[in-house]
Amino acid sequence: MTNLLEAKGLHAAYGETKVLHGIDFAVRHGGVTALLGANGAGKTTALRAICGMVRTRGEINLTGKRIEGMATEDIVRLGVAQVPEGRGTFMELTVEENMRLGAYTRPAREATQDFEHMFEYFPRLKERYKQQAGTLSGGEQQMLAIVRALLLRPKLLLLDEPSFGLAPLIVQEIFRILARIKQDEGVSILLVEQNASIALEFAEDAYVLETGRIVMAGSSSDIVKDEGIRRSYLGY
Amino acid sequence: MFAGVLHQIMSGIATGGIYASVALALVMIYQATHHVNFAQGEMATFSTYITLTFINAGFPYWIALGIAVVLSFIVGVAIERVLMRPLANAPVLASVGVFIGLLLIVNSLSGWFFDYTIKQFPTPFPDHPMLGGYLSGHELGSTAVTLIVLISVYLFFRHTRLGLAMRAAAFNPVSSRLVGVRVGWMLALGWGLAAAIGAIAGAMVAPVVFLDPNMMAGILLYAFAGALLGGIDNPLGAVIGGFMVGVIENLGGAYLVGTELKLTLALVIIVTVLTIKPTGLMGRKVFSRV
Repeated sequence: MTNLLEAKGLHAAYGETKVLHGIDFAVRHGGVTALLGANGAGKTTALRAICGMVRTRGEINLTGKRIEGMATEDIVRLGVAQVPEGRGTFMELTVEENMRLGAYTRPAREATQDFEHMFEYFPRLKERYKQQAGTLSGGEQQMLAIVRALLLRPKLLLLDEPSFGLAPLIVQEIFRILARIKQDEGVSILLVEQNASIALEFAEDAYVLETGRIVMAGSSSDIVKDEGIRRSYLGY
Repeated sequence: MFAGVLHQIMSGIATGGIYASVALALVMIYQATHHVNFAQGEMATFSTYITLTFINAGFPYWIALGIAVVLSFIVGVAIERVLMRPLANAPVLASVGVFIGLLLIVNSLSGWFFDYTIKQFPTPFPDHPMLGGYLSGHELGSTAVTLIVLISVYLFFRHTRLGLAMRAAAFNPVSSRLVGVRVGWMLALGWGLAAAIGAIAGAMVAPVVFLDPNMMAGILLYAFAGALLGGIDNPLGAVIGGFMVGVIENLGGAYLVGTELKLTLALVIIVTVLTIKPTGLMGRKVFSRV
């Protein structure tokens, strides 16, 4: 299987503060890759770097096309959807408008047909369809963020801590649906998580980051088996 | 007495409509950038001169206005792209400096191209009183035009894809980029729309106050008062605020302070709103973490 996304020697910085120090990682076609690590390891920055939201150095390949240095809007149009940290809800707009924005780059009619399909995954959003998105619960906003990203019909879905601030039951529900989505939509996923156990269960490949460097890379099962890594970096 | 008050309220609504459209233009740029474009009034004045130039060249009134609206839109977009774009991450004072510079430049250009003499501006509406003598033909007509503009802007923002993208870009630029909205262009479009609305407002007010390079100075102040009163981040609030300021100004001018001190009322409204309820009547409280 070939790689959909490949980062080589990726550096990233916010102004003077360097956050990533030359990391390599890849996402396989149809695969799920997890980036793990503690707070401040640079996981979110890696996702931002892919979408051109921070200053970077190094190479980022999407199906063989170099995308580093491109504008966020153009990278998104190549089929990279991100569920950002904090969910990125358009609070002032309705659920419907949030969904329309998700499908902004596609013909309107085609996208509207997709809405029903999305409600099969997240029926709760259908009940909230006309409601202001700011009034949704955290879990519902997470669902909305996933739907917004999927409506772009992405090749690659970047998920930034989908478990953040949610009750364990809701986290399980969301990951169950994500597994279904991965099956049905044929989308590849790059997942950033602090909750390592649930991420390793979901992903096939994983990278462990510590302060901007990769300390371990391999299949999820290998990483789960490595007790040293688990104890020192993943905290369980 | 009652007929007099009613008359003042009606013509207050007529002038309020002008304030409402300029206030809307201000809010449109404020929402996206959190800056008040001080040059909005001068840009509208310049647009009004363009309308007059085309009328004098023999074009029918509405065609001339249409051309000016389109040109203003293009110039508005160009100003954002060329002048404001490089300032996207600059401190507030830098933007304020550019706005004031723009105000002086556009004002001087108006004087340079079209000279400083006060000019008459035609109205396309009938000359005789209407609605039982309460409103002049122009007051009624310009109120109608203003309402049409406001409703079209509302429909554009509510029911079109582009309108939705512009609102999204104003509320949440980061998320907007992540769904593929070209945020920079949305800002430029906002400038274009604001300039186009200004062109219409200028043409509606010029027959009343006559056209000279400083025509909009006072009007911008009333519009700013209206925008603040309604809530500077709320388009609907700004429109309602604009109408209210028109009525307050007219009633106050007739029964309270006299016409010479009318402009003071705008300042009183501004100071009152800022001290008592800075968010305005319909504005949103914004919290930020420090």
